[in-house]
Amino acid sequence: MAGSASEYIQHHLQNLTYGKLPAGYERADGTVIEESTWTMAHNAAEASDMGFWAVHVDSLGWAVGLGLIFLILFRMAAKRATSGQPGGLQNFVEVMIEFVDTSVKETFHGRNKVIAPLALTIFCWVFLMNLMDLVPVDFLPQLFHLMGLEYMKVVPTTDVNVTLGMSLSVFALIIYYSVKVKGVGGFLGELTLHPFSSDNLFLKVLLIPVNLLLEGVSLLAKPISLALRLFGNLYAGELIFILIALLPLWAQWTLSVPWAIFHILIITLQAFIFMMLTIVYLSMAHEDNH
Amino acid sequence: MNINLTMIGQAIAFFIFVVFCMKYVWPPIMAALQERQKKIADGLAASDRASRDLELAQEKSAQELREAKQQAAGLIEQANKRAAQIVEASKDDARKEGQKLIEQAKAEIEQERNQARDALRGEVAAIAIAGAEKILETSVDASKHNEMLEKLAAEL
Repeated sequence: MAGSASEYIQHHLQNLTYGKLPAGYERADGTVIEESTWTMAHNAAEASDMGFWAVHVDSLGWAVGLGLIFLILFRMAAKRATSGQPGGLQNFVEVMIEFVDTSVKETFHGRNKVIAPLALTIFCWVFLMNLMDLVPVDFLPQLFHLMGLEYMKVVPTTDVNVTLGMSLSVFALIIYYSVKVKGVGGFLGELTLHPFSSDNLFLKVLLIPVNLLLEGVSLLAKPISLALRLFGNLYAGELIFILIALLPLWAQWTLSVPWAIFHILIITLQAFIFMMLTIVYLSMAHEDNH
Repeated sequence: MNINLTMIGQAIAFFIFVVFCMKYVWPPIMAALQERQKKIADGLAASDRASRDLELAQEKSAQELREAKQQAAGLIEQANKRAAQIVEASKDDARKEGQKLIEQAKAEIEQERNQARDALRGEVAAIAIAGAEKILETSVDASKHNEMLEKLAAEL
Protein backbone atom coordinates (compact mmCIF):
# COMPACT_ATOMS: atom_id res chain seq x y z
CA MET A 1 0.00 0.00 0.00
CA ALA A 2 2.83 2.36 0.85
CA GLY A 3 4.35 1.97 -2.61
CA SER A 4 1.08 2.47 -4.38
CA ALA A 5 0.28 5.48 -2.18
CA SER A 6 3.50 7.24 -3.08
CA GLU A 7 3.03 6.25 -6.70
CA TYR A 8 -0.47 7.69 -6.57
CA ILE A 9 0.83 10.96 -5.17
CA GLN A 10 3.68 11.21 -7.62
CA HIS A 11 1.38 10.40 -10.47
CA HIS A 12 -0.91 13.21 -9.43
CA LEU A 13 1.94 15.66 -9.19
CA GLN A 14 3.35 14.86 -12.61
CA ASN A 15 2.60 17.21 -15.48
CA LEU A 16 1.72 16.07 -18.94
CA THR A 17 4.96 17.05 -20.61
CA TYR A 18 5.69 17.45 -24.29
CA GLY A 19 9.33 17.96 -25.05
CA LYS A 20 12.47 17.05 -26.86
CA LEU A 21 14.42 13.91 -25.97
CA PRO A 22 18.04 13.78 -27.08
CA ALA A 23 19.39 11.19 -29.48
CA GLY A 24 20.40 7.92 -27.92
CA TYR A 25 18.01 8.34 -25.03
CA GLU A 26 16.67 5.16 -23.51
CA ARG A 27 12.98 5.48 -22.94
CA ALA A 28 10.92 4.07 -20.11
CA ASP A 29 9.90 1.01 -22.12
CA GLY A 30 13.53 0.22 -22.96
CA THR A 31 13.58 1.45 -26.55
CA VAL A 32 16.39 3.70 -27.57
CA ILE A 33 15.55 6.62 -29.84
CA GLU A 34 18.05 7.26 -32.58
CA GLU A 35 17.43 10.91 -33.30
CA SER A 36 16.40 13.68 -30.96
CA THR A 37 12.62 13.83 -31.09
CA TRP A 38 9.74 15.87 -29.78
CA THR A 39 7.44 13.56 -27.89
CA MET A 40 5.16 13.14 -24.93
CA ALA A 41 7.02 12.10 -21.77
CA HIS A 42 5.96 8.70 -20.46
CA ASN A 43 7.22 9.17 -16.92
CA ALA A 44 8.69 11.68 -14.53
CA ALA A 45 12.29 10.83 -15.42
CA GLU A 46 11.67 11.44 -19.10
CA ALA A 47 9.93 14.70 -18.33
CA SER A 48 12.84 15.98 -16.27
CA ASP A 49 15.37 14.76 -18.84
CA MET A 50 13.67 16.90 -21.44
CA GLY A 51 15.22 19.88 -19.68
CA PHE A 52 14.13 23.37 -20.56
CA TRP A 53 12.77 22.53 -23.99
CA ALA A 54 9.53 21.03 -22.82
CA VAL A 55 6.03 22.25 -22.33
CA HIS A 56 3.59 21.27 -19.63
CA VAL A 57 0.67 20.79 -21.98
CA ASP A 58 -1.84 20.37 -19.16
CA SER A 59 -0.82 23.47 -17.20
CA LEU A 60 -0.67 25.64 -20.25
CA GLY A 61 -3.86 24.21 -21.72
CA TRP A 62 -5.88 24.70 -18.58
CA ALA A 63 -4.39 28.12 -17.96
CA VAL A 64 -5.20 29.36 -21.45
CA GLY A 65 -8.62 27.73 -21.36
CA LEU A 66 -9.51 29.35 -18.06
CA GLY A 67 -8.12 32.67 -19.25
CA LEU A 68 -10.32 32.42 -22.31
CA ILE A 69 -13.35 31.67 -20.15
CA PHE A 70 -12.61 34.80 -18.18
CA LEU A 71 -12.10 36.95 -21.26
CA ILE A 72 -15.11 35.61 -23.15
CA LEU A 73 -17.36 36.11 -20.14
CA PHE A 74 -16.15 39.63 -19.56
CA ARG A 75 -16.12 40.45 -23.25
CA MET A 76 -19.76 39.37 -23.50
CA ALA A 77 -20.61 41.67 -20.64
CA ALA A 78 -18.54 44.47 -22.14
CA LYS A 79 -20.27 44.16 -25.50
CA ARG A 80 -23.69 44.35 -23.95
CA ALA A 81 -22.64 46.91 -21.36
CA THR A 82 -25.36 49.46 -20.91
CA SER A 83 -25.60 52.45 -18.68
CA GLY A 84 -29.22 51.55 -18.07
CA GLN A 85 -30.43 48.70 -15.93
CA PRO A 86 -27.68 46.04 -15.94
CA GLY A 87 -28.42 42.34 -16.31
CA GLY A 88 -27.06 39.59 -14.09
CA LEU A 89 -23.80 39.04 -15.95
CA GLN A 90 -23.13 42.72 -16.27
CA ASN A 91 -23.85 43.18 -12.59
CA PHE A 92 -21.30 40.55 -11.69
CA VAL A 93 -18.70 41.92 -14.07
CA GLU A 94 -19.29 45.43 -12.80
CA VAL A 95 -18.85 44.31 -9.22
CA MET A 96 -15.52 42.72 -10.14
CA ILE A 97 -14.39 45.77 -12.06
CA GLU A 98 -15.43 48.16 -9.32
CA PHE A 99 -13.63 46.02 -6.78
CA VAL A 100 -10.42 45.95 -8.79
CA ASP A 101 -10.71 49.61 -9.67
CA THR A 102 -11.10 50.57 -6.02
CA SER A 103 -8.11 48.44 -5.05
CA VAL A 104 -6.01 50.04 -7.74
CA LYS A 105 -7.10 53.56 -6.92
CA GLU A 106 -6.38 53.08 -3.23
CA THR A 107 -2.84 51.93 -3.87
CA PHE A 108 -1.73 53.40 -7.13
CA HIS A 109 -1.95 57.15 -7.44
CA GLY A 110 -0.38 57.72 -10.82
CA ARG A 111 -2.11 57.65 -14.15
CA ASN A 112 -1.62 54.39 -15.95
CA LYS A 113 -4.13 52.72 -18.21
CA VAL A 114 -2.44 49.33 -17.99
CA ILE A 115 -2.53 48.65 -14.29
CA ALA A 116 -6.25 48.32 -13.69
CA PRO A 117 -6.93 45.87 -16.55
CA LEU A 118 -3.74 44.06 -15.60
CA ALA A 119 -4.94 43.70 -12.03
CA LEU A 120 -8.35 42.53 -13.21
CA THR A 121 -6.81 39.93 -15.48
CA ILE A 122 -4.52 38.71 -12.72
CA PHE A 123 -7.26 38.46 -10.14
CA CYS A 124 -9.81 36.70 -12.30
CA TRP A 125 -7.37 34.45 -14.06
CA VAL A 126 -5.50 33.38 -10.94
CA PHE A 127 -8.80 32.88 -9.16
CA LEU A 128 -10.09 30.63 -11.93
CA MET A 129 -6.84 28.67 -12.04
CA ASN A 130 -6.94 28.26 -8.28
CA LEU A 131 -10.57 27.27 -8.47
CA MET A 132 -9.61 24.10 -10.33
CA ASP A 133 -8.21 22.99 -7.01
CA LEU A 134 -11.75 22.48 -5.76
CA VAL A 135 -12.52 19.96 -8.47
CA PRO A 136 -12.12 16.55 -6.80
CA VAL A 137 -8.56 15.41 -7.44
CA ASP A 138 -9.38 12.28 -9.39
CA PHE A 139 -12.19 13.51 -11.64
CA LEU A 140 -10.31 15.09 -14.47
CA PRO A 141 -7.17 12.88 -14.36
CA GLN A 142 -9.39 9.80 -14.60
CA LEU A 143 -11.35 11.34 -17.43
CA PHE A 144 -8.20 12.10 -19.37
CA HIS A 145 -6.81 8.72 -18.50
CA LEU A 146 -9.77 7.20 -20.31
CA MET A 147 -8.93 9.42 -23.25
CA GLY A 148 -5.41 7.99 -23.22
CA LEU A 149 -3.48 10.76 -21.56
CA GLU A 150 -1.22 9.43 -18.84
CA TYR A 151 -0.81 12.56 -16.73
CA MET A 152 -3.12 15.47 -16.08
CA LYS A 153 -2.53 18.18 -13.54
CA VAL A 154 -5.55 20.38 -13.69
CA VAL A 155 -4.54 23.22 -11.38
CA PRO A 156 -2.19 25.44 -13.39
CA THR A 157 -1.11 27.42 -10.35
CA THR A 158 0.39 24.29 -8.77
CA ASP A 159 2.90 24.43 -11.58
CA VAL A 160 5.76 26.73 -10.69
CA ASN A 161 6.26 27.54 -14.37
CA VAL A 162 2.88 29.15 -14.55
CA THR A 163 3.30 31.30 -11.47
CA LEU A 164 6.84 32.21 -12.51
CA GLY A 165 5.63 33.08 -15.99
CA MET A 166 3.20 35.55 -14.54
CA SER A 167 5.49 36.96 -11.88
CA LEU A 168 8.32 37.45 -14.35
CA SER A 169 5.96 39.31 -16.63
CA VAL A 170 5.10 41.54 -13.70
CA PHE A 171 8.84 41.86 -13.03
CA ALA A 172 9.38 42.96 -16.61
CA LEU A 173 6.71 45.58 -16.13
CA ILE A 174 8.38 46.74 -12.92
CA ILE A 175 11.67 47.22 -14.76
CA TYR A 176 9.93 48.84 -17.72
CA TYR A 177 8.04 51.39 -15.65
CA SER A 178 11.00 52.06 -13.36
CA VAL A 179 13.11 52.94 -16.37
CA LYS A 180 10.29 54.82 -18.06
CA VAL A 181 9.46 56.96 -15.03
CA LYS A 182 12.91 57.49 -13.56
CA GLY A 183 15.10 57.01 -16.58
CA VAL A 184 17.94 54.54 -16.80
CA GLY A 185 20.13 56.70 -14.60
CA GLY A 186 17.41 57.16 -12.02
CA PHE A 187 16.72 53.46 -11.87
CA LEU A 188 20.39 52.56 -11.58
CA GLY A 189 20.83 55.26 -8.98
CA GLU A 190 18.00 53.76 -7.02
CA LEU A 191 19.74 50.41 -7.15
CA THR A 192 23.21 51.67 -6.24
CA LEU A 193 22.93 54.81 -4.11
CA HIS A 194 20.41 53.63 -1.54
CA PRO A 195 19.84 52.80 1.24
CA PHE A 196 23.42 53.72 2.24
CA SER A 197 24.49 57.08 0.99
CA SER A 198 27.26 59.51 1.71
CA ASP A 199 28.30 63.01 0.75
CA ASN A 200 31.87 61.85 0.38
CA LEU A 201 32.30 60.75 -3.24
CA PHE A 202 34.84 58.08 -2.38
CA LEU A 203 32.64 56.61 0.29
CA LYS A 204 29.74 56.79 -2.07
CA VAL A 205 31.55 54.71 -4.67
CA LEU A 206 32.63 52.33 -1.97
CA LEU A 207 29.05 51.83 -0.90
CA ILE A 208 27.78 51.03 -4.39
CA PRO A 209 28.39 47.25 -4.21
CA VAL A 210 26.70 47.04 -0.83
CA ASN A 211 23.70 48.97 -2.04
CA LEU A 212 23.55 47.00 -5.25
CA LEU A 213 23.54 43.78 -3.30
CA LEU A 214 20.77 44.89 -0.98
CA GLU A 215 18.58 46.54 -3.61
CA GLY A 216 19.27 43.81 -6.12
CA VAL A 217 18.13 41.15 -3.74
CA SER A 218 15.04 43.07 -2.78
CA LEU A 219 14.24 43.66 -6.45
CA LEU A 220 14.74 40.03 -7.42
CA ALA A 221 12.85 38.86 -4.38
CA LYS A 222 9.70 40.50 -5.73
CA PRO A 223 8.97 38.16 -8.65
CA ILE A 224 10.36 35.12 -6.86
CA SER A 225 8.26 35.63 -3.76
CA LEU A 226 5.24 36.50 -5.86
CA ALA A 227 5.53 33.26 -7.80
CA LEU A 228 6.51 30.99 -4.96
CA ARG A 229 3.83 32.26 -2.59
CA LEU A 230 1.05 31.40 -5.00
CA PHE A 231 2.68 28.18 -6.09
CA GLY A 232 3.44 27.06 -2.52
CA ASN A 233 -0.07 27.71 -1.24
CA LEU A 234 -1.76 25.94 -4.08
CA TYR A 235 0.72 23.09 -4.26
CA ALA A 236 0.30 22.42 -0.56
CA GLY A 237 -3.46 22.64 -0.87
CA GLU A 238 -3.48 20.24 -3.79
CA LEU A 239 -1.16 17.87 -1.94
CA ILE A 240 -3.50 17.79 1.03
CA PHE A 241 -6.43 17.01 -1.25
CA ILE A 242 -4.38 14.17 -2.71
CA LEU A 243 -3.53 12.89 0.75
CA ILE A 244 -7.17 13.02 1.76
CA ALA A 245 -8.01 11.09 -1.38
CA LEU A 246 -5.82 8.27 -0.05
CA LEU A 247 -8.21 7.74 2.86
CA PRO A 248 -10.95 5.13 2.65
CA LEU A 249 -13.85 6.44 0.60
CA TRP A 250 -16.32 6.68 3.48
CA ALA A 251 -13.95 8.85 5.56
CA GLN A 252 -12.81 11.27 2.88
CA TRP A 253 -15.62 13.78 3.20
CA THR A 254 -14.87 14.41 6.88
CA LEU A 255 -11.60 16.04 5.86
CA SER A 256 -12.11 17.05 2.28
CA VAL A 257 -15.24 19.08 2.90
CA PRO A 258 -13.74 21.29 5.64
CA TRP A 259 -10.53 21.64 3.68
CA ALA A 260 -12.42 22.56 0.53
CA ILE A 261 -14.43 25.17 2.40
CA PHE A 262 -11.25 26.57 3.89
CA HIS A 263 -9.68 26.44 0.47
CA ILE A 264 -12.36 28.71 -0.96
CA LEU A 265 -10.86 31.36 1.27
CA ILE A 266 -7.29 30.48 0.30
CA ILE A 267 -7.81 30.56 -3.44
CA THR A 268 -9.58 33.91 -3.30
CA LEU A 269 -7.03 35.31 -0.92
CA GLN A 270 -4.09 34.15 -3.01
CA ALA A 271 -5.60 35.62 -6.15
CA PHE A 272 -6.17 38.86 -4.27
CA ILE A 273 -2.63 38.90 -2.85
CA PHE A 274 -1.11 38.31 -6.26
CA MET A 275 -3.14 41.18 -7.66
CA MET A 276 -2.48 43.51 -4.74
CA LEU A 277 1.27 42.90 -4.71
CA THR A 278 1.41 43.50 -8.44
CA ILE A 279 -0.29 46.84 -7.93
CA VAL A 280 2.00 47.69 -5.02
CA TYR A 281 5.16 46.76 -6.91
CA LEU A 282 4.10 48.73 -9.96
CA SER A 283 3.13 51.68 -7.84
CA MET A 284 6.56 51.53 -6.21
CA ALA A 285 8.11 51.45 -9.66
CA HIS A 286 6.26 54.68 -10.46
CA GLU A 287 7.29 56.50 -7.34
CA ASP A 288 10.46 58.47 -7.22
CA ASN A 289 10.81 59.15 -3.52
CA HIS A 290 13.79 57.30 -2.26
CA MET B 1 9.13 21.14 -10.53
CA ASN B 2 10.92 21.32 -13.85
CA ILE B 3 11.45 24.83 -15.08
CA ASN B 4 10.79 24.81 -18.79
CA LEU B 5 9.16 26.51 -21.75
CA THR B 6 5.79 26.46 -19.98
CA MET B 7 6.94 29.57 -18.19
CA ILE B 8 7.44 31.45 -21.43
CA GLY B 9 4.17 30.17 -22.83
CA GLN B 10 2.38 31.34 -19.74
CA ALA B 11 4.05 34.75 -19.97
CA ILE B 12 2.98 35.12 -23.60
CA ALA B 13 -0.58 34.08 -22.79
CA PHE B 14 -0.57 36.49 -19.88
CA PHE B 15 0.59 39.33 -22.10
CA ILE B 16 -2.08 38.62 -24.72
CA PHE B 17 -4.83 38.35 -22.11
CA VAL B 18 -3.84 41.59 -20.45
CA VAL B 19 -3.75 43.42 -23.76
CA PHE B 20 -7.16 42.00 -24.72
CA CYS B 21 -8.58 42.95 -21.36
CA MET B 22 -7.13 46.43 -21.64
CA LYS B 23 -8.50 46.98 -25.15
CA TYR B 24 -11.83 45.20 -25.24
CA VAL B 25 -13.04 44.56 -21.71
CA TRP B 26 -12.08 47.39 -19.42
CA PRO B 27 -12.98 50.50 -21.47
CA PRO B 28 -16.59 49.61 -22.44
CA ILE B 29 -17.54 48.53 -18.95
CA MET B 30 -15.83 51.51 -17.36
CA ALA B 31 -17.59 53.79 -19.83
CA ALA B 32 -20.93 52.21 -19.00
CA LEU B 33 -20.24 52.58 -15.30
CA GLN B 34 -19.31 56.22 -15.62
CA GLU B 35 -22.27 56.95 -17.82
CA ARG B 36 -24.59 55.33 -15.32
CA GLN B 37 -22.99 57.32 -12.52
CA LYS B 38 -23.63 60.47 -14.50
CA LYS B 39 -27.19 59.43 -15.23
CA ILE B 40 -27.88 58.77 -11.59
CA ALA B 41 -26.32 62.06 -10.58
CA ASP B 42 -28.42 63.85 -13.20
CA GLY B 43 -31.53 62.04 -12.04
CA LEU B 44 -30.89 63.01 -8.46
CA ALA B 45 -30.29 66.60 -9.46
CA ALA B 46 -33.48 66.60 -11.52
CA SER B 47 -35.51 65.19 -8.66
CA ASP B 48 -34.01 67.80 -6.38
CA ARG B 49 -34.97 70.47 -8.81
CA ALA B 50 -38.45 69.05 -9.20
CA SER B 51 -39.04 68.97 -5.47
CA ARG B 52 -37.82 72.53 -5.22
CA ASP B 53 -40.17 73.52 -8.05
CA LEU B 54 -43.01 71.76 -6.30
CA GLU B 55 -42.26 73.64 -3.13
CA LEU B 56 -42.23 76.92 -5.03
CA ALA B 57 -45.48 76.06 -6.78
CA GLN B 58 -47.11 75.18 -3.50
CA GLU B 59 -45.96 78.43 -2.00
CA LYS B 60 -47.24 80.30 -5.01
CA SER B 61 -50.59 78.59 -4.96
CA ALA B 62 -50.94 79.28 -1.26
CA GLN B 63 -50.14 82.89 -1.89
CA GLU B 64 -52.66 83.12 -4.69
CA LEU B 65 -55.29 81.46 -2.58
CA ARG B 66 -54.62 83.96 0.16
CA GLU B 67 -54.89 86.84 -2.30
CA ALA B 68 -58.09 85.47 -3.75
CA LYS B 69 -59.55 85.13 -0.29
CA GLN B 70 -58.59 88.69 0.46
CA GLN B 71 -60.12 89.87 -2.76
CA ALA B 72 -63.29 87.96 -2.10
CA ALA B 73 -63.49 89.38 1.39
CA GLY B 74 -63.00 92.88 -0.05
CA LEU B 75 -65.73 92.28 -2.61
CA ILE B 76 -68.12 91.02 0.00
CA GLU B 77 -67.43 93.98 2.22
CA GLN B 78 -67.94 96.33 -0.67
CA ALA B 79 -71.17 94.62 -1.57
CA ASN B 80 -72.35 94.81 2.00
CA LYS B 81 -71.49 98.48 2.13
CA ARG B 82 -73.26 99.04 -1.11
CA ALA B 83 -76.31 97.13 0.05
CA ALA B 84 -76.36 99.12 3.25
CA GLN B 85 -76.12 102.29 1.22
CA ILE B 86 -78.95 101.20 -1.02
CA VAL B 87 -81.09 100.25 1.94
CA GLU B 88 -80.25 103.54 3.58
CA ALA B 89 -81.06 105.44 0.42
CA SER B 90 -84.33 103.65 -0.12
CA LYS B 91 -85.25 104.19 3.52
CA ASP B 92 -84.52 107.84 3.01
CA ASP B 93 -86.61 107.92 -0.14
CA ALA B 94 -89.43 106.12 1.59
CA ARG B 95 -89.30 108.52 4.47
CA LYS B 96 -89.32 111.50 2.13
CA GLU B 97 -92.15 110.02 0.14
CA GLY B 98 -94.09 109.33 3.31
CA GLN B 99 -93.42 112.85 4.49
CA LYS B 100 -94.60 114.21 1.21
CA LEU B 101 -97.72 112.04 1.28
CA ILE B 102 -98.41 113.11 4.83
CA GLU B 103 -97.94 116.75 3.95
CA GLN B 104 -100.11 116.34 0.91
CA ALA B 105 -102.76 114.65 3.00
CA LYS B 106 -102.48 117.33 5.62
CA ALA B 107 -102.87 120.00 2.97
CA GLU B 108 -105.91 118.24 1.57
CA ILE B 109 -107.35 117.86 4.99
CA GLU B 110 -106.72 121.51 5.64
CA GLN B 111 -108.29 122.41 2.41
CA GLU B 112 -111.30 120.24 3.05
CA ARG B 113 -111.62 121.59 6.53
CA ASN B 114 -111.48 125.09 5.19
CA GLN B 115 -114.11 124.22 2.64
CA ALA B 116 -116.23 122.56 5.24
CA ARG B 117 -115.75 125.47 7.55
CA ASP B 118 -116.73 127.89 4.81
CA ALA B 119 -119.75 125.82 3.99
CA LEU B 120 -120.59 125.52 7.62
CA ARG B 121 -120.09 129.17 8.08
CA GLY B 122 -122.53 129.92 5.26
CA GLU B 123 -124.98 127.48 6.71
CA VAL B 124 -124.53 128.86 10.19
CA ALA B 125 -125.16 132.30 8.86
CA ALA B 126 -128.27 131.04 7.19
CA ILE B 127 -129.32 129.18 10.30
CA ALA B 128 -128.61 132.24 12.42
CA ILE B 129 -130.60 134.37 10.14
CA ALA B 130 -133.39 131.88 10.17
CA GLY B 131 -133.17 131.74 13.91
CA ALA B 132 -133.15 135.42 14.26
CA GLU B 133 -136.08 135.66 11.90
CA LYS B 134 -137.93 133.26 14.02
CA ILE B 135 -137.03 135.19 17.11
CA LEU B 136 -137.93 138.48 15.68
CA GLU B 137 -140.68 137.09 13.64
CA THR B 138 -139.71 139.54 11.17
CA SER B 139 -137.62 139.16 8.29
CA VAL B 140 -134.28 140.37 8.66
CA ASP B 141 -133.08 142.33 5.92
CA ALA B 142 -130.23 140.30 4.88
CA SER B 143 -128.55 143.05 3.18
CA LYS B 144 -128.87 145.27 6.24
CA HIS B 145 -127.49 142.82 8.64
CA ASN B 146 -125.12 141.27 6.29
CA GLU B 147 -122.23 142.96 7.94
CA MET B 148 -123.17 141.68 11.34
CA LEU B 149 -123.79 138.29 9.99
CA GLU B 150 -120.46 138.06 8.41
CA LYS B 151 -118.81 139.07 11.67
CA LEU B 152 -120.68 136.32 13.33
CA ALA B 153 -119.72 133.86 10.75
CA ALA B 154 -116.08 134.83 11.11
CA GLU B 155 -116.26 134.14 14.79
CA LEU B 156 -117.34 130.61 14.18
